Amino acid sequence: MEHTLTAGSVTGDRPRPAINYLNAEKGIWSWMTTVDHKRIGIMYLVAVSTAFLIGGIFALLVRLALLNPQHTLFGKVWVTAEAYNRFFTLHGAVMVFLFIIPSVPASLANFVLPMMLGAKDVAFPRINLMSFYLWCGGAVLAISSMILGAVDTGWTFYTPYSTTTDGAVGLMTMAAFILGFSSIFTGLNFIATVHKLRAPGMGWFDMPLFVWGIYATAIIQILATPVLAITLVLLLIERVFQIGIFDSRIGGDPVLFQHFFWFYSHPAVYIMIVPGMAIISEMIPTFCRKTMFGYRAIAYSSVSLALLSFIVWGHHMFVAGESDLANVIFSALTFLVAIPSGVKMFNWLSTMYKGNISFETPMLYVLSFLFLFAIGGLTGLFFSTLSVDIHLTDTYFVVAHFHYVMMGGTVIAFLGGIHYWWPKMTGRMYKESWSQIGCLLVFIGFNMTFGSQFIMGGQGMPRRYFNYLDQFQPIHAFSTYGSWVLGAGLFLTAINLLASLKMGELAPDNPWGGTTLEWQSSSPPITHNFDEQPVLEHEPYDYRHRTVTHV
Amino acid sequence: MSTSTVDVHPDPHGHGGEHAHDPHQQHHFTTMEQQFDTSKIGMWLFLATEVLTFGGLFAGFGLMQNQYPREFVEAHEQLQRLPGAANTVVLLVSSFTMVMAVLAARTNQAAKTARYLWLTVGCAGIFMCIKAYEYTHKFEEGLLPGIFYHHHGDLIAGSHGYATFFSFYFMMTGLHGLHVLIGMGLLSWLAIRAKRGEFSDKYYTPVDLIGLFWHLVDLVWIYLFPLYYLIS
Repeated sequence: MEHTLTAGSVTGDRPRPAINYLNAEKGIWSWMTTVDHKRIGIMYLVAVSTAFLIGGIFALLVRLALLNPQHTLFGKVWVTAEAYNRFFTLHGAVMVFLFIIPSVPASLANFVLPMMLGAKDVAFPRINLMSFYLWCGGAVLAISSMILGAVDTGWTFYTPYSTTTDGAVGLMTMAAFILGFSSIFTGLNFIATVHKLRAPGMGWFDMPLFVWGIYATAIIQILATPVLAITLVLLLIERVFQIGIFDSRIGGDPVLFQHFFWFYSHPAVYIMIVPGMAIISEMIPTFCRKTMFGYRAIAYSSVSLALLSFIVWGHHMFVAGESDLANVIFSALTFLVAIPSGVKMFNWLSTMYKGNISFETPMLYVLSFLFLFAIGGLTGLFFSTLSVDIHLTDTYFVVAHFHYVMMGGTVIAFLGGIHYWWPKMTGRMYKESWSQIGCLLVFIGFNMTFGSQFIMGGQGMPRRYFNYLDQFQPIHAFSTYGSWVLGAGLFLTAINLLASLKMGELAPDNPWGGTTLEWQSSSPPITHNFDEQPVLEHEPYDYRHRTVTHV
Repeated sequence: MSTSTVDVHPDPHGHGGEHAHDPHQQHHFTTMEQQFDTSKIGMWLFLATEVLTFGGLFAGFGLMQNQYPREFVEAHEQLQRLPGAANTVVLLVSSFTMVMAVLAARTNQAAKTARYLWLTVGCAGIFMCIKAYEYTHKFEEGLLPGIFYHHHGDLIAGSHGYATFFSFYFMMTGLHGLHVLIGMGLLSWLAIRAKRGEFSDKYYTPVDLIGLFWHLVDLVWIYLFPLYYLIS
């Protein structure tokens, strides 16, 4: 049987293979011992989605606790200050360490990155599986910390509170320590894969931009995470032995902890957002039927974001007693971050200009991302401006800012990416209309929840406080109602996707007319991804010589 | 990116059906060279994370030394230079035997490879014994980390600097010692495999990679020794 595949063709012109990666081996044991990057990606997707659900429930509880300043529900007080502290700590810790850091790289990138390179697997398949089990180990520790007294320090574990408070700080930091290694191994795998497993003929600038973004992310995972690991070890030892490094009662320096912590955790912010940007860079050319505008600029901007991420951590300590000189330097460096972010935004918009845009669900998420990330990114500049930062630090303004980046950016891109690669991953199409309604609800709910928090923050409402002045009650209530709309949108989306597994139509090989290599495989792919080693014949996103019909 | 693929046939391994390649070659690699280079990149990346992990502790030590300069100079006099220097020599010798083991492996000398690997394990063992001797002395003198510090006769009575110094001493040499122990386990495993003749000029990746790891362990000590024993 002979056939030829053409990039950009909407449907595969070959029969669906009877055996694919999902049914090649059967039984739970075949999944638990698999070294197939696609299966590990799927297991990670299930795992991080579960973490997102848990973190999301804590978020809804936080919002519910703040519905009114008396913390009453149906006339009864239902939540104590201690419980509230635990809610927001668990929301933050679960979302950061269990969900958003592994989200895109470990699930979606694990699945599609080797395929985009035309490879059969990642460089180290067993280390990939080990990364997943480390994640599970970290998750078990994190969940046991919730059961055994929870943590009330906030996800940042600031000293001296974290070295003196009771509760399961030890367990939660151990969890973060182990999750860090899970993240390191994912990053290590991707770097080696990108360097050595590209298809014949694929140079660095023939790689899809998603790969560039994930590569930049992997650099940060490798270089920043070990510092967090050792910081958390120091914190644990300080708690047990009182060595006098972070605890001011015994000669330690709490600001030193903040420096150590943010030396990792600021780069970690880019571990969170750069993969989101990478997904957007993939979906825009596909849904605009246009060659990427400024391909190299976007590739370089991902790497420069990764490098800049290491030299701006001091902006978290502007009001923590950092010297004026350091403040000015970190402020100036922080402004630089706007440049690569802006480069990406302008190139995306330029790609869309005069494009043949179609508005399927992934593209709706792209549009949401562009709108929300623009707000999230620009409000970041407020905080790199020293004088403004002093007023806005630790208010709801900063909460709104990073949710516009983390949720409005990364989570929206992640949802878009799930919809984009869903047909490839599962072999099924979801119901377009329901996902579009879900996307709309998420967009409206998100802006209600966090847009209102910009207003509150600007008026001086401090973050993390249990009590607040009556004047903020209407805005707090509005934000809480928004969280319900947001929750409903996510719930609807999840149901629609899960239902498609049973009821969805069979997906064609290339439902969106994508040009990157993963669309050249069958849906779902066979265990070794491609029938033959793909050979690259032109650069990515080449729509110029192809006529594309579209359903 | 367009591809043309022709002639689809069932192929469980995805590389052409028959096993014509080295049994050590994994299915997702095209050649043994590609596999070797990939593994090497992986190891270097892992070593980078090791350097950063120790780097955090070095930075912490530096900042604390800046805070307690006099205490740190006084505390370091409790460390015994002779065993420390001996350990430096022992580890340098072990790095040499490691290099010789890699060389023997890639020139198909199985017995020699195993011999050099056992010599490396032996050096590591001597290092750990000397370290244990040093630790015992510290325990007896009450030169312990944090709250357990109870040494008498310090010049600056009541300062927390001494306890901080020994906290870092035990954390850094302890983490390094843990690496030596792990290295001993890995090297013994290699030696057993080498004896069985598993390594040759076509496949000696594990010897090469664990060799890299061992050199890093050595290198960390090269920095630890002057940092702790030779403060002035």
